[in-house]
Amino acid sequence: MKLHLRVWRQTSAEDRGRFEDYELDDVSPDSSFLEMLDLLNEQLLEQRKMPVAFDHDCREGICGMCGLMVDGMAHGPIPGHTVCQLHMRHFKDGDRIVIEPWRVAAFPVVQDLVVDRGSFDRILQHGGFISFATGTAPEANSILIPKDRADTAMDAATCIGCGACAAACPNGSATLFTAAKVGHLGHLPQGQPERYQRVVGMVDQMDAEGFGGCTNVGACTSVCPKEIGQDFISQMNRDYRRAMLGGAGD
Amino acid sequence: MSEHVRLWQEGPELDGRVPPGSIENKWDDLRFSMKLVAPANRRHHHVVVVGSGLAGASVATALGEQGYRVSCFCFQDSPRRAHSVAAQGGINAAKNYRNDGDSIRRLFYDTVKGGDYRSRESNIHRLAQISTEIIDQGVAQGVPFAREYGGYLDNRSFGGVQVSRTFYARGQTGQQLLLGAYQSLTRQIAAGQVEMHVRSEMLDLIVVDGIARGIVVRNLLTGELRAVLGDAVVLATGGYSNVFFLSTNAKGCNVTAIWRAYRRGAVFANPCYTQIHPTCIPPSGSHQSKLTLMSESLRNDGRIWVPRHPGDTRSPDAVPEPDRYYFLEEKYPSFGNLVPRDVASRNAKHVVDEGMGVGPQKNGVYLDFSEAMERLGRATIEQRYGNLFDMYHSITGEDPYAVPMRIYPAVHYTMGGLWVDYQLQSNVPGLFVLGEANFSDHGANRLGASALMQGLADGYFIAPYTIGNYLAGTDRTAVTADAPEVTGTIADVRNRLSALLGIQGRRTALALHRELGHIMWEQCGMARTAESLSTARTRLQELRESFWNDLYVPGDAGSLNQNLEFAGRVADLIELGELLVLDALHREESCGGHFREESQTADGEAKRNDEEFSYVAGWTWQGEGAAPMLRREPLEFEAVRLSERSYS
Repeated sequence: MKLHLRVWRQTSAEDRGRFEDYELDDVSPDSSFLEMLDLLNEQLLEQRKMPVAFDHDCREGICGMCGLMVDGMAHGPIPGHTVCQLHMRHFKDGDRIVIEPWRVAAFPVVQDLVVDRGSFDRILQHGGFISFATGTAPEANSILIPKDRADTAMDAATCIGCGACAAACPNGSATLFTAAKVGHLGHLPQGQPERYQRVVGMVDQMDAEGFGGCTNVGACTSVCPKEIGQDFISQMNRDYRRAMLGGAGD
Repeated sequence: MSEHVRLWQEGPELDGRVPPGSIENKWDDLRFSMKLVAPANRRHHHVVVVGSGLAGASVATALGEQGYRVSCFCFQDSPRRAHSVAAQGGINAAKNYRNDGDSIRRLFYDTVKGGDYRSRESNIHRLAQISTEIIDQGVAQGVPFAREYGGYLDNRSFGGVQVSRTFYARGQTGQQLLLGAYQSLTRQIAAGQVEMHVRSEMLDLIVVDGIARGIVVRNLLTGELRAVLGDAVVLATGGYSNVFFLSTNAKGCNVTAIWRAYRRGAVFANPCYTQIHPTCIPPSGSHQSKLTLMSESLRNDGRIWVPRHPGDTRSPDAVPEPDRYYFLEEKYPSFGNLVPRDVASRNAKHVVDEGMGVGPQKNGVYLDFSEAMERLGRATIEQRYGNLFDMYHSITGEDPYAVPMRIYPAVHYTMGGLWVDYQLQSNVPGLFVLGEANFSDHGANRLGASALMQGLADGYFIAPYTIGNYLAGTDRTAVTADAPEVTGTIADVRNRLSALLGIQGRRTALALHRELGHIMWEQCGMARTAESLSTARTRLQELRESFWNDLYVPGDAGSLNQNLEFAGRVADLIELGELLVLDALHREESCGGHFREESQTADGEAKRNDEEFSYVAGWTWQGEGAAPMLRREPLEFEAVRLSERSYS
């Protein structure tokens, strides 16, 4: 396949950045989107130009390191996939493809397609865990968890922290990301003691990081590579309201 | 043997410092005899942890909880992304929840046997003992393990064992255990006990008076080089499968941290023990950048076959039963499709080499679920393997519910690594090595669902004790940033980065890495001979010269330069490749994942030579261009009788 690529180039956070156009030949339909970018970078190196910087690691859709806007869509056009798992057979010979970094105020661009998602880690530092010390855990089967609850917790826990939800959201909101962790721990008996302080801590930090508010657009769920549902957002909002109204906890 | 004298020098034996006493009590006895650091004094000790996967995150967490000051480093943008995240299948523990005959002793025995009697017995027994605590720990963290309808934990049988002892979270067990560890680590970061440094790469080890005292780290965003000094250094930096270029490892996985430690005096053990995983998706062309593993739990319900007659090009559904060769079921009736990974892999290679391979490139074997779907129904299969089937579909464009999957072996895990004693300390005092980065527990072949167990056992439950013992028992003078060993090591790193940038040749790091992988896979892959290994030695030397004469890296070292990072890793992988090949050449026996064609039984199985090779091979760097020194740790088996591994 032959492709016409329009790629965002930005040397540093201070640089204003610009699009550059590249022509790429001999792209295999069986290659992944990132393998296509590897090919572009080899071509740029041959021309002794700086390759396009992009984040990636596992290339099997689980580490959450990669993330690009492909023609304005987070992770590209195939639902339930990260961009590393997007294959070129979904494009046609001669296609024009626009490639940009996540555009979120709380994810500043570092270089080209690389952004800083440290804000996600900081949200989780405000309660995204269960407080206990190694060695104090009781026998595993002393905590019984109905299968459907465990399954729901698992649905939320599959979040890979890639940031597509925030990138797709017109408000640049991290609500789905935050709700996934709140939902994961909130569905488990182990997560109950800290349930309400957790939701307040995390939601407040999300706001402090400069993420926008949620207006129930639903773009987050539609691009989420793990297809995490919006119902976790409703549950988080419910928990947050209960915490604020003082009807929660003890 | 005369040539061997030139290939390596003989060195003194290594002492694993295995405690005396019965195997059941060694760890308990040692824990009692180890020195302790009083709670109030722990904050005076600074521990440097490199890596944030299961082993790194868990040890940083456990030390932070105890009150030590910890600095943790990872090259990704968040500790949650370490490659442990990609482990699919599960984690073993001797809980015997199934009442099916499991016990600490059986898990111990299975692991020693699975490792083909090339691991240290005492370490494995401790691992089996600790295994049960790991599950408790995970549940307390909120790891959503699979459950039965009654609310109890579910188990499955996994990877060549006859009991159901594997705990799992769909096909994402590694992700969930890593997120559990990451959450606990996050709590320590929030509490100020652990200082986390992301996008930071360790490029050298600082050794002062023979003791590990810190690391040199490069900030990948700014290019800043600095020394981080500490009272102990922990390397939990994973394995080196990417020496084969195509592997199931993440692209960032590399050998640099442990290779740099090797060049500073740490012993590298058994580099040739590499594991080939039987259930990966076959490569589809030259663009391929990595291979994707399909969890081997698939072998529980899938049946592996090829057309019985070479050159049969019929679609799989058109091949009648008599023309299907279920080669594992026929050759190994009691274990069938669940034989250990190396046996399954070699048999797949054998049938493909015989011309029975399937798929457009004739480079795979079928993994067929049609019978399981009839027996269990599609819903059950979806529930057990849904995400794996989806992944396969998205990568290959084929629907595995309708047509059999195609699989082929790929490099997946490296059992070799830095040598450590029973306390997980390398021969360099103060340097501890955990998880896949050390050599300790898997011998010549790792059993399925044991990697997660080992990483977490090392990090949560072993190293926090032994590091404390080391800190309490050592009287160290402070090292300052202007010590010549510190400034000298920083200067070495700076010079090396300049050298990489200064070559300005014509070949890219990617092209050189591909060539490395090709040499390793063809000459030192699933089957190795003296001849192929000699060829590999010559070609790797040529490749190393080509690298240092003809590499092109653009840009500079003062900002984010992904190509520069990558080139440095490839340089180290090439050097490691040379040591790996030497180790494979010296070990003139087959064992586990190391198959020397010269050493096989009449029916083509690996044939060990316990008389001559029942030892750990520990290699010591002797300087640029000099033959490394071989130090042996003899392996003694007291609790398990040394026997020929048999799965027939």
